[in-house]
Amino acid sequence: MTSPIDAGPSASGPEGANSRASKRAGAQRRRPLYFFAVPALVVYGVFFVVPTFQALYYSFFNWEGPGTSPAFVDIENYKTKIFDDTTFQNSVWVSLKFMLLVVVFQTLLALGLSLMLTKNSRGTIFLRSLYFFPTILSSSAVAFVWNFVYDPSSGLVTTVLEKLGISYRPALMGSPKTAIVFLAVVQVWFHAGQMMVVFVAGLQQIPQDYIEAAEIDGASRWQRFRSITWPLLGPATAIVVAYTTLQSFRAFDLVYIMTEGGPLNSTRILGFHIYKTAFESFSFGAAAAESVLFMALIATVTLMQRRVLRFTKADLTGGA
Amino acid sequence: MMTAINRIPTSSSNDAKKLRSERIGRFSSRTLLVIYALLIVVPIVVVVFGSFKNQSQIILNPLGPPSKGNLEGYRKVISEHIFRALKNSVIVVGLSVSLTLLAASLTAFSVARLGGWRSNVLFGFFTLGMAVPAQVNGIQQYTMFKSVGLTNSLVGLVIVNMAVTLPVSVFILTGFMKTLPKELFEAGVVDGASQWRLYRSIAMPLSMPSVAAVAIFLFVAHWNDLYYPLLFITDESKWTLPRTLAQLRGEFLTDYPALFAGVVIASAPMVAAYVFLQRWFVAGLTSGAVKG
Repeated sequence: MTSPIDAGPSASGPEGANSRASKRAGAQRRRPLYFFAVPALVVYGVFFVVPTFQALYYSFFNWEGPGTSPAFVDIENYKTKIFDDTTFQNSVWVSLKFMLLVVVFQTLLALGLSLMLTKNSRGTIFLRSLYFFPTILSSSAVAFVWNFVYDPSSGLVTTVLEKLGISYRPALMGSPKTAIVFLAVVQVWFHAGQMMVVFVAGLQQIPQDYIEAAEIDGASRWQRFRSITWPLLGPATAIVVAYTTLQSFRAFDLVYIMTEGGPLNSTRILGFHIYKTAFESFSFGAAAAESVLFMALIATVTLMQRRVLRFTKADLTGGA
Repeated sequence: MMTAINRIPTSSSNDAKKLRSERIGRFSSRTLLVIYALLIVVPIVVVVFGSFKNQSQIILNPLGPPSKGNLEGYRKVISEHIFRALKNSVIVVGLSVSLTLLAASLTAFSVARLGGWRSNVLFGFFTLGMAVPAQVNGIQQYTMFKSVGLTNSLVGLVIVNMAVTLPVSVFILTGFMKTLPKELFEAGVVDGASQWRLYRSIAMPLSMPSVAAVAIFLFVAHWNDLYYPLLFITDESKWTLPRTLAQLRGEFLTDYPALFAGVVIASAPMVAAYVFLQRWFVAGLTSGAVKG
């Protein structure tokens, strides 16, 4: 219609043309298609893929950052990080602990809420959008809100306990033992609604007949959930767990604003630790090594989860 | 639901027991729903109310509505740099969202139409990026941008935003474009339409649901982003809203009216959009999650 020249070969190519000619015509027709991907390829390739490999490259150097010259140190950075650097080791544990807390509580909460809000009615739709609401806020805003909730002297928790006449004061973010738990609470509050929506979508795909049939057979609520809902919800659960895991590893902003890694580094998750290594200690080489180890940790955790989830799924469908 | 089904008669006591347990179940699930609703609403109400109180009112009466409008907090926070930050945010987010959408949809079109191993390689190359969290390559991105003079620049922020969200965007858009019927494009080709024409007049209009979902996903991600402005921008005149908001903590410490006013100002545009476009927000932010 617009440019007959451009599409010429394919338009004029009769069905019975020999395969070579039509192949050539196909290649010619495809050429502009490659160009379509160029802008994205350039931006993503240069500014995302290259830096990722640079992290690997600079992890073998002692480097104080832009403007200084890197000195090759072989695998020294890795040795130090893995065997000697207790702050780094601590951050690995903190990240794993945070991930576990968030994955377990967020998944259970999201699942529980979605089971109660599966059907579409005015009330459930309203509650779903209410529970989803925190997801759209910026993490700076969420961090401020919860800073006040947790504030030991005048915060919401303190005031509410006071009004109820309870003299017990939980340590909240003040104690290195509990800070990570209460940080996880904020993360769950922030994103459980989002994961609930994923579960609701999964639940709505389960044919209602299955559940009704089981009901007629006299299956209890728990039995219905255990042998019908849960196995059929497998794909949604896999998505929720995988996404929540990545999200928890990404939770940099909350730590930056709420705790700065404290008290006593008890909330110094890896993302924040790497940032500190680079911009406070100016050890860009060491930060690069930490980034690579961080990536390896994420890959390991993800693969392990996939195994476990596949196992659970097979196990359940086998039982059903 | 239960009454609609003709059930095999059972003993009446059994039935009553079942009915009662069902009623208890419904009651307790309602209670839980209300409790969780309160957990969401109360902190937000406290912050909104608090932004119109002074410090002592917040401490004495955190839950109640403000007795009389007190704009002290807003007066402290509203200044030139909040407006400048708002302007910067609008520029960065506007450009990031539209350019990412353009580049990603072009790529998705090409992946969906190419077919064969080439399309798989292209697709795989982009989607691998979804597994890499920002903190893994953020530091190297900083050193790279610094060496080419793209730190302290809004253009630099737009570029890094694009680089980071292209993988997800390409993933979602490709998934959708692959579902479009092939015959439509073939008909277009027969009519002599160029690839560009096919993209613009067939693929894009038909992909609007997924384009809208990605647009909202990008809008929320970029509008709220603190990480890259923190890494890339030291010059205060180029700060975005979340970066400026983060700074308030250092400035006002526990001056809650001021902090709350900042939270309200920074969140208001997003909340307003959410109220009107809830469905789209839920679809957009969930499609970002269901990538995995």
